[in-house]
Amino acid sequence: MRNNYTYIFFVCVILTLFLLTPSDAIVEKSLKKASFIPQWSPQAQFAGYYVALEKGIYKKYGIDLTIISGGPDRHPTDFLKNKKADFATFWLSTAIQRSSGGIKIINIGQIIQKSALMLVAKKASGIKTYTDINNKKVSIWEGDFAIQPHAFFKKYNLNVKIIPQSYSVNLFLRGGVDAVSAMLYNEYHTIINSGLDPDELTTFFYYDYGLNFPEDGIYTLEDTFQKDPEVSCAFVKASIEGWLYAFSHPQEATDIVLKSMTQAKIPANRMHQKWMLEKMKELILPENSQGNIGVLKQSDYELVAQELKKVGLIKAIPLFKDFHRKCNSHVQK
Amino acid sequence: MFKNRGIAFKLIFFFCVSNALIFLLILSYNYRFSKKMIEKNVENSSKNLAHSTVNRIEIVLQSVQKIPENLAYFLERGSYTKKELLELLRTLVERNPEIYGAAISFEPYAYEKNSRYFAPYFYKDGGKVKFSYLGNESYRYFYLDWYQIPKELGRPGWTEPYFDKGGGNILMATYSVPFYANIDGKRRFMGIVTADISLEWMRNMVSSIKILKTGYASLLSKNGTFITHPSKKLIMNESIFSIAEERGDSGMRETGKKMIRGETGFFPYKNIYGQECWVYYAPVQSSGWSLSVLFPMDELMEDIVSLNRTVLFGGIAGILLLSLAVVFIAHSITKPLRAFSKAAGEIGSGNLDVELPSVRTGDEVGRLANAFQHMKVSLKDYIAKLTDTTAAKERIESELKIAHDIQMSILPKIFPPFPDKPDTFDLYAVIKPAKEVGGDFYDFFYIDDSHFCFVIGDVSGKGVPASLFMAVTKTLIKGNATGIADPGRILAKVNNDLSDGNDACMFVTIFLGILNTKTGEILYANGGHNPPMIINGGGAAEFLNVPKDIVVGAVAGYAYKTDSATLKQGDSIFTYTDGVTEAMNGKEELFSEKRLHEKLSSTQGKTARDVISYVMEETALFTGDAPQSDDITMMMLQYKGGK
Repeated sequence: MRNNYTYIFFVCVILTLFLLTPSDAIVEKSLKKASFIPQWSPQAQFAGYYVALEKGIYKKYGIDLTIISGGPDRHPTDFLKNKKADFATFWLSTAIQRSSGGIKIINIGQIIQKSALMLVAKKASGIKTYTDINNKKVSIWEGDFAIQPHAFFKKYNLNVKIIPQSYSVNLFLRGGVDAVSAMLYNEYHTIINSGLDPDELTTFFYYDYGLNFPEDGIYTLEDTFQKDPEVSCAFVKASIEGWLYAFSHPQEATDIVLKSMTQAKIPANRMHQKWMLEKMKELILPENSQGNIGVLKQSDYELVAQELKKVGLIKAIPLFKDFHRKCNSHVQK
Repeated sequence: MFKNRGIAFKLIFFFCVSNALIFLLILSYNYRFSKKMIEKNVENSSKNLAHSTVNRIEIVLQSVQKIPENLAYFLERGSYTKKELLELLRTLVERNPEIYGAAISFEPYAYEKNSRYFAPYFYKDGGKVKFSYLGNESYRYFYLDWYQIPKELGRPGWTEPYFDKGGGNILMATYSVPFYANIDGKRRFMGIVTADISLEWMRNMVSSIKILKTGYASLLSKNGTFITHPSKKLIMNESIFSIAEERGDSGMRETGKKMIRGETGFFPYKNIYGQECWVYYAPVQSSGWSLSVLFPMDELMEDIVSLNRTVLFGGIAGILLLSLAVVFIAHSITKPLRAFSKAAGEIGSGNLDVELPSVRTGDEVGRLANAFQHMKVSLKDYIAKLTDTTAAKERIESELKIAHDIQMSILPKIFPPFPDKPDTFDLYAVIKPAKEVGGDFYDFFYIDDSHFCFVIGDVSGKGVPASLFMAVTKTLIKGNATGIADPGRILAKVNNDLSDGNDACMFVTIFLGILNTKTGEILYANGGHNPPMIINGGGAAEFLNVPKDIVVGAVAGYAYKTDSATLKQGDSIFTYTDGVTEAMNGKEELFSEKRLHEKLSSTQGKTARDVISYVMEETALFTGDAPQSDDITMMMLQYKGGK
């Protein structure tokens, strides 16, 4: 009898030890920790990253990723500079300025190819073509959002009364300004869902006026990249895979985004996020992209840099090869 | 489908179907009519509810609007120190319970030359009035809606409701009034006076509106965003347009546009809980919001639906009861009918003593029962009589048979009849009666050694009377022929005997001939009979010329002529009754004397027996299946020469 009990006891001990050693733990030892901050609070503008995290794509690429919520008071360039985050997204124009200003950041993936920044006017206010903007009140955001509008007005000799624009489009909706700045994936939809039909509106995409400033790109510090180029490139590849997954599973991707928004205690509107994801697809995989995703084109870079130099925001244009590292990011659609 | 069903089934089916149809028609009419009435009422009551709620909101909003308006007026006209200004602002916030906070926000450097921001703000927090200066690099109030919109539009107005992030997450709206100053004769924008109201009380008020059980009221902002709604996740997050987009409902989007344009309306709508509702919406004019009240249709219809349900159940129960009644009635009709049908079957198979079902009612079934009873009794009587009649008939038939046998027995039937006499002629005769007893006869006998009498006749009518008359006639001929070799005299005597006491007015046609067996001469008389045929040895046949005398037995005292003809050796005389010449075929054609003549013309060399058989066959062939209408009698005598 005694022998039997001893035997059972040992079996139990072995089984318990076996159960306490989860196989995941073995895998996670090989994962590299990394952190990422997008330039705004969770929304479908960053669906690819949240989806890649949720679907375990980063893990698949060997990264144990933490996403830090962005927000109005959180500048991703500061997070990179202060090494609070390994990767960040921000606009190409912002990045060129920071790079020119001496922060050693590099572009490792250009996600958005097509500028989403636009002007929206009511047809009822008599604006049908860009010349009609002359002598009208236009509200524009400050900072990097203002570079394209200013270049646009200058290019077409438009004398415009500029009104500073805050977060809402209510000033435009109430008739306080004739045209308003908007992101295709965000404010434009807000305007539509405030009761203005698309056919009641005139839209001006800077993209169509030779002012395509590709927006969200993935950045990291040069020494972070040097230390472990594989992690950086793995992050870019995983993110792109996340985006492609999001585009082919819009419903699931929207759910994931909404979940992240709820976690961040941000009011979430499904239709708005759905719209945003749809528009992100148009911006990330525009019709002329030929399956290229995440690649920074030198022509785009030169255009943005030239404009920045023209308006005096930078003094010298950083070399493209210093600014940009090309991971093998040519992914077939 | 119904053809073979019972009466009960048909009755129930048609009764129930027609009743159910009528009932459903009435029910649906009733439902539609009451629905219409309710809709009319709900439009009125929703209109009243919406407008009274809007008025309550308007009163508060308008009283709040007065404060910054007056303050702006004061700022434009009066002169004040900073201390006075702050004191005034604090007093306003303290003394006006509707106001959550109030601020006077100046343009950059407009109040003090060296200060970009100047915006004193008093607000309530936990029942106390607190103070702060608005404006810093991260809160540039010049760019906010409550500042920018009235500034750019040059007129006061309410902002979109918003969550105040600093002030304990309350939902608020701000009324902003721009104020100006005259500087160097120019009207210059100086800043904005604001009064904030907490929208909590309004949310509570609107949420407290309970319509029936699940109906509710909801408030939309100028942008169509939900300010109040029973579903919390909609508030400040969804707009009527985003809901319309989610549903792909362009009609709803149009309604939303009407709502934010400040229109009023009444329309049916499926709310976010999937309930069908009636919605009335009306604008809150001063803020541009839109209040809608939703009346859930199913609850409005609840009473009617429950009434209808009761009526429906009542109706179904009624129809079931009716069916039962129909079953009962149908059963009371069909039970005796079934019994009758069974009884009729038994009667049909011959059982007339079957017990008929007893029906005491005086209705159609009762009358049918009486008729049935009467029919049974009548049938029984009739059959009894029929049995008697049949028995009588059978008896008569057997008597007739006997009569026939007797009749046949009185005719000579043995051929050759006189084997012991010299072989001077060949004789053969046959009779084929149409009925059991006929009126035809033939006879032959020797009057003396050299005179042979042969006779053929046909009594008028048929059957027993004719046969009796025939027997009498035959006896009379034989009796009267004794010792007289004159056919005319014999016939005259027979005629007189028959006419005497002939009450039945019967008569007979007779051909009577006497052959002198030595010479071949025939003396003959004819009482209205068919003329015989003479066939010579060469086969040529011709009718014998007979005297045209009347039938025998009709006129007493008539004198019959005697004629004569001579048969040569091999000649024959063929006698017959009208049964031969008037034999009729299916086409009602007669065999005719002409045809008889033809047939007899081809009998050369045949014996009397063969000739008669041949003619018999030919008549049978001619008549085919047609029934024989008259007696057929033939007799033929062939003279062989005197010995």
